[in-house]
Amino acid sequence: MTDTNSRPDNMRIVRRLLFTVAGMFAFGFALVPIYDVICDLTGFNGRTNNEQAAANVREVDTSRTVNVQFITRVNKGMPWDFEPEVTSVRVHPGETRVVNFLAHNLTRGDMVAQAIPSVAPGEAALYLNKTECFCFNQQPLKAGDDVAMPMQFYLDPDIPDHIHTLTLSYTLYDMTAHATPDVLALMQQPAD
Amino acid sequence: MSYAAGEADHNDHHHHAPSGITRWLFTTNHKDIGSLYLWFSFTMFLVGGAMAMVIRAELFQPGLQLVDPHFFNQMTTVHGLIMVFGAVMPAFTGLANWMIPMMIGAPDMALPRMNNWSFWILPFAFAILLGSLFMEGGGPAFGWTFYAPLSTTYSSDSTALFVFSVHIMGISSIMGAINVIVTIMNMRAPDMTYMKMPLFVWSWFITAFLLIAVMPVLAGAVTMVLTDKYFGTSFFDAAGGGDPVMFQHIFWFFGHPEVYIMILPAFGIVSAIIPAFSRKPLFGYASMVYATGAIAGLSFLVWAHHMFTTGMPVAAELFFMYCTMLISVPTGVKVFNWVATMWRGALSFETPMLFALAFVILFTIGGFSGLMLAITPVDFQYHDTYFVVAHFHYVLVTGAIFSIMAAAYYWLPKWTGHMYNETLGRWHFWLSLISVNVLFFPMHFAGLAGMPRRIPDYSLQFADINQIVSIGGFAFGLTQLLFLYIVIKCVRGGEKAEAKPWDGAEGLEWTVPSPAPYHTFETPPEVK
Ligand code: HEM
Ligand SMILES: [Cu+2]
Repeated sequence: MTDTNSRPDNMRIVRRLLFTVAGMFAFGFALVPIYDVICDLTGFNGRTNNEQAAANVREVDTSRTVNVQFITRVNKGMPWDFEPEVTSVRVHPGETRVVNFLAHNLTRGDMVAQAIPSVAPGEAALYLNKTECFCFNQQPLKAGDDVAMPMQFYLDPDIPDHIHTLTLSYTLYDMTAHATPDVLALMQQPAD
Repeated sequence: MSYAAGEADHNDHHHHAPSGITRWLFTTNHKDIGSLYLWFSFTMFLVGGAMAMVIRAELFQPGLQLVDPHFFNQMTTVHGLIMVFGAVMPAFTGLANWMIPMMIGAPDMALPRMNNWSFWILPFAFAILLGSLFMEGGGPAFGWTFYAPLSTTYSSDSTALFVFSVHIMGISSIMGAINVIVTIMNMRAPDMTYMKMPLFVWSWFITAFLLIAVMPVLAGAVTMVLTDKYFGTSFFDAAGGGDPVMFQHIFWFFGHPEVYIMILPAFGIVSAIIPAFSRKPLFGYASMVYATGAIAGLSFLVWAHHMFTTGMPVAAELFFMYCTMLISVPTGVKVFNWVATMWRGALSFETPMLFALAFVILFTIGGFSGLMLAITPVDFQYHDTYFVVAHFHYVLVTGAIFSIMAAAYYWLPKWTGHMYNETLGRWHFWLSLISVNVLFFPMHFAGLAGMPRRIPDYSLQFADINQIVSIGGFAFGLTQLLFLYIVIKCVRGGEKAEAKPWDGAEGLEWTVPSPAPYHTFETPPEVK
């Protein structure tokens, strides 16, 4: 570096550095979709695939039994009762089961809720397939009403051998302020 | 401004400046700005220290006696934020401003006007942060790590001010980093090749790139907190499709490189001081440069060691565990090189050397507790306990802060033209050394025994340990007032310092008179 003149001028370096700063700021936000993709691919953090699984015919592996436990909680300040009908079921991989979850709107107002699932251990999340679930949609519930919400699932027969127990937990959130139009319309209908 | 080289007066006091306050407001001189940063940092050190005293006073006994828990949480939060962003980082930037141009033979920083801005927005950032403490509902109380949903759903109304102040701090650091990079790339004296640069310059060069890479990510994280809290987005809210664990990934992607931002310049300082007082050149210069680069690179691959207990898959836990342990290899190279530099050197133990030696030993202790924390299965026990508090205070207080004190003593003669009082300096060192260990060492035991961090009350079996820790804390806090006294005394007067007061010291900064003239190296020096 004896030749001082061959150095790039200040503003060129500054521009490049500012460009990097902007890029890293954008990268911070890009982490959000990246995180979602990684979680969906790996089941990181107990993300269950929140789409309806195809209910195609499978072989039931009767040689194994897996204990599936259910936990429910309501988000802080959410004034509903929310409980599973049974706290656990024992299933063979491949076998389809239905479990009901009971919700009760304890308030005097019509409300809309949504349940968010999570599976532990995260690894098991990839093998829990829901063919039908209340958690796919928002749930309207009139003041004081209660409802049994079905969840139908099966375990993928490929579920690793070392998983004997898995826990599916639901947290119920108040979505009244964010209700979608069709749910609102449902709620407007007179009770029959 | 026309100062003749060698004119001795203007750095003596910063009160009787040539043209009053405007000199400091509008200055673009790297030495002035360096001094501003250093004084600002010291002020913040005392403010953050006062908060630590509140914390230790409350924890002196079990039970709640002095402050209510919400205020206690604000103290731990703002203490952390101030020490990280207000004390340690500005101190290093101040040292960079003062020393980098003088070390590479440049007349000033490359972008002097931006330099002025990057300093002067800082006081506003901290005024906003501190002001938020006085608002209804209080200031930030969610920890310096501001995990969502603590900082979104459950935070006080003043959170917008916290976000805004972090934005300003980030902009300031980024401007400072850009300035350092451009200065080092473009302003070196003609024969100052990259591999001749002092290690302090090298370590700051690498630190500046870390800052450029991660401060914007921090800005993104606080922005997401802001929009989640006030504008209805759900980045971190599961109800809207977000995920609170993602907050931790984003935060620690910034957070772990950040801890290296706070230690790499310290490595540079110690690499200047140890050879000077061993009267030997630094052992393994090139390996030091590469080790610093390796540490910086690896620091992007280890963030999730702060999140072992969030339920990651085993493969990920192992990946982050091994990467974390890998960092101790280049770190070990550094410690080895410092020790090898001292080997058979003609050692003398003036205050800067004492602090540098304490740095090597105590930082290594912090590295060991870090290694223990890096072992995934045991971290489940240690996580969120006082063991973590002990770990990061060893690396940050006896690491970063001790190195800053070593630097202050080492370069004070150059800055002020006077020698500091060596006897008082040694008193400061020994009192600090003893009290800091009384303060932080027992925290290891409290943590291993299960005492959680960030709590205003604890069960009775921790009473004795906490009492000892608090006493160490008060002693360490008081001792730093002695440091303030020593520095002021040295600024005001004292034995005249020669151009090179340390006979073993190397570097261009010692070729200019003491105090360093207002303008140095207007014509580039010759580099051997
Ligand atoms: C050998 C090097 C190091 C290793 C292996 C290491 C490892 C770790 C680990 C595993 C944790 C997380 C503990 C937990 O929360 O359970 C941690 C926390 C921390 N480390 Fe280190 N560390 C090292 C060096 C450093 C350095 C050099 C600094 C700063 C100068 C530092 C600052 C911190 C801080 C501030 C925290 C706590 C953050 C918080 O939760 O508030 N560490 N370290
Ligand atoms: Cu870390």
